[in-house]
Amino acid sequence: MVLPRSLLAQGDHVLVCVIFLLFFQDTMSYIGPERTAVVRGFTHREAFNIVGRRVIQVAQAMSLTEDVLAAALADHLPEDKWSSDKRRPLKSSLGYEITFSLLNPDPKSHDVHWDIEGAVRRYVQPFLSALSAAGNFSVDSQILYYTVLGVNPRFDPASSSYYLAAHSLPHVINPVESRLGSSAASLYPVLNFLLYVPELAHSPLYIQDKDGAPVATNAFHSPRWGGIMVYNVDSKAYNASELPVRVEVDMVRVMEVFLAQLRLLFGIAQPQMPLKSLFSGPKSEGLTTWELDRLLWARSVENVATATTTLTSLAQLLGKISNIVIKDDVASEVYRAVAAVQKAAEELASGRLASAFIASQAAVTSSERAFFDPSLLHLLYFPDDQKFVISSL
Amino acid sequence: MVTAFSLSKGLTTLSGLLLLSFGSLAASQIEDQAEQFFRSGHTNNWAVLVCTSRFWFNYRHVANTLSVYRSVKRLGIPDSHIVLMLADDMACNPRNPKPATVFSHKNMELNVYGDDVEVDYRSYEVTVENFLRVLTGRIPPSTPRSKRLLSDDRSNILIYMTGHGGNGFLKFQDSEEITNIELADAFEQMWQKRRYNELLFIIDTCQGASMYERFYSPNIMALASSQVGEDSLSHQPDPAIGVHLMDRYTFYVLEFLEEINPASQTNMNDLFQVCPRSLCVSTPGHRTDLFQRDPKNVLITDFFGSVRKVEITTETISLQPDLEIMESRDKKDWMDEELMEPLKYAEQLPVAQIIHQKPKLKDWHPPGGFILGLWALIIMVFFKTYGIKHMKFIF
Repeated sequence: MVLPRSLLAQGDHVLVCVIFLLFFQDTMSYIGPERTAVVRGFTHREAFNIVGRRVIQVAQAMSLTEDVLAAALADHLPEDKWSSDKRRPLKSSLGYEITFSLLNPDPKSHDVHWDIEGAVRRYVQPFLSALSAAGNFSVDSQILYYTVLGVNPRFDPASSSYYLAAHSLPHVINPVESRLGSSAASLYPVLNFLLYVPELAHSPLYIQDKDGAPVATNAFHSPRWGGIMVYNVDSKAYNASELPVRVEVDMVRVMEVFLAQLRLLFGIAQPQMPLKSLFSGPKSEGLTTWELDRLLWARSVENVATATTTLTSLAQLLGKISNIVIKDDVASEVYRAVAAVQKAAEELASGRLASAFIASQAAVTSSERAFFDPSLLHLLYFPDDQKFVISSL
Repeated sequence: MVTAFSLSKGLTTLSGLLLLSFGSLAASQIEDQAEQFFRSGHTNNWAVLVCTSRFWFNYRHVANTLSVYRSVKRLGIPDSHIVLMLADDMACNPRNPKPATVFSHKNMELNVYGDDVEVDYRSYEVTVENFLRVLTGRIPPSTPRSKRLLSDDRSNILIYMTGHGGNGFLKFQDSEEITNIELADAFEQMWQKRRYNELLFIIDTCQGASMYERFYSPNIMALASSQVGEDSLSHQPDPAIGVHLMDRYTFYVLEFLEEINPASQTNMNDLFQVCPRSLCVSTPGHRTDLFQRDPKNVLITDFFGSVRKVEITTETISLQPDLEIMESRDKKDWMDEELMEPLKYAEQLPVAQIIHQKPKLKDWHPPGGFILGLWALIIMVFFKTYGIKHMKFIF
């Protein structure tokens, strides 16, 4: 079956499902990195129904579904504390600041070097430029010496290694955070990624999950904050030389974990694969096109909802307080916000994601500028029962 | 017959065991879900600590605020998430016999000033307007990040205020007041913009309960040191420093908080019991009707500490190590950039020109009228005093 070229060239959001015989034995469908998927067909009485169901499953895995929308609108919907996925993604913002920190608590024993600039250029920048439609990103890095984690690791005689239990992980972040300097960076939300090289006295250090098994990645993350990975120095390095031992960090291993954490923090969860399907995995950048589409959709919806509630609450404020005066520039911001919301809704309806996202961001910026205008304060907090007039007659 | 009987007995025990295990499994699942349900939905913590009085004899208000600051920092909230407003500087006050300290216990047991206190709004910056700007976020764009409350919809905020107050108002700096209506409206503005997930409001002033009477936004819990019509009393005068060091309510709250560590499971009901009438003389009050969860399920560390939600990272994405060609190309670009920079930088500062610069000659102007007049006056006075015969020695 030859595909007509017009079908392929149509629009931006066409999921092309081609039904033909494949050579893969067990897999029924294949999902590719650019918006394409392949579903295997077969001869059967109920062939169309079954294949139709499978096509629906594949489409649901790749495109925008209700729970993605629910996650985006989480703070506007009634509270549902059951799922942790809804709390994990960062709120939509104009830009993000990503900081990579290397923590070396024991410089006397470990002389740690990491080629962070090269790793950022090779692995992180492609990912961020793929995500660049979602905001401005800036990346920086630092090395901190003599900074320990807040928790003392326990010794496990069975494996003669140290471990951090799962319930002590929440207390690790706070003592470190004050040293990170994240507040000085910028007004954008900051994501911190820490690489911790444990001290000689506490090497090797593993992180255990709830069941007591060591975690393969040796890393954990905290929603809306960032991630921490523990990098154990190879014990073979200690035999030959005297201290300090030179440690060259394997940036590929580290970046694999950090990029996975970055995806999770952005809410790009591992998609729900239908049974017996093969997922090609993201491209070299770490992000498939349809995942980016989903993210932009969710962000646009979230932005439009935020802008709408902001404008509504501003209008409610005007209704409540009779003597409020809106300055001209606040008024023009409100007009701009309303126009941007309408444009974003139109663009979303016609499927032009990129322009919809930009319009929704403009809507949020304008509505926030109008709501948080410093001039509104004086007019709000002057209740009528505190005014009096002295007149002489 | 016997075998059948034993078989049936075995079956019943087996089924009993199965039921038990299912029951316990279901129970633990329900427990898990219930635990999750009662756990707070916050991901970060903020604290806004305000001391509104100045002058040396209000030392205790600064000590109150600093003791809450110290507990909050000890339990994990970083300085970047604390907005500390102190209306006067007691540690470096000229009347402080022990400079750089602020004590909370007499006999100077506990110095709450510490080594790394970070005051965000100090002295005359603590005004009603600034306080409301911090809460509502209507801050001029030039404000530094440390002076902002950058909370979001998943932040639990602790607001502690202390000073002199009355029925329905709190005095700021002896020159202005904030009323309970303004405070309630500010909290409503915060709720409209979803600037908090849950809010804990603690106030230690006379007639403190009047300040939380007017709240109407959801998810607010409030505590006060005294009811309307009662005064909050100060605790202990120190003869060496010469002033009262703490207020009673905050003193006992500090004692209570000193026993909390980041992992403790103490809940809000225990905080409500702190400082009964026998110790405090005033009756502390609290208000929980706007709060959705039951106070016995609210941990102290939900507001005073900063326990992060943490998840184990189980996935990685696979990356391919790069080809050499790309590397060398990148290196060349990088080196070019480095070479470029020194040239540009040196050009910015024309040192050579500055060093060899000659001083510019200013044009000479004859002295103006004022100078001439002054000299004429001096000469006239001279000749008047000493006589005109001296003129020949000058001219």
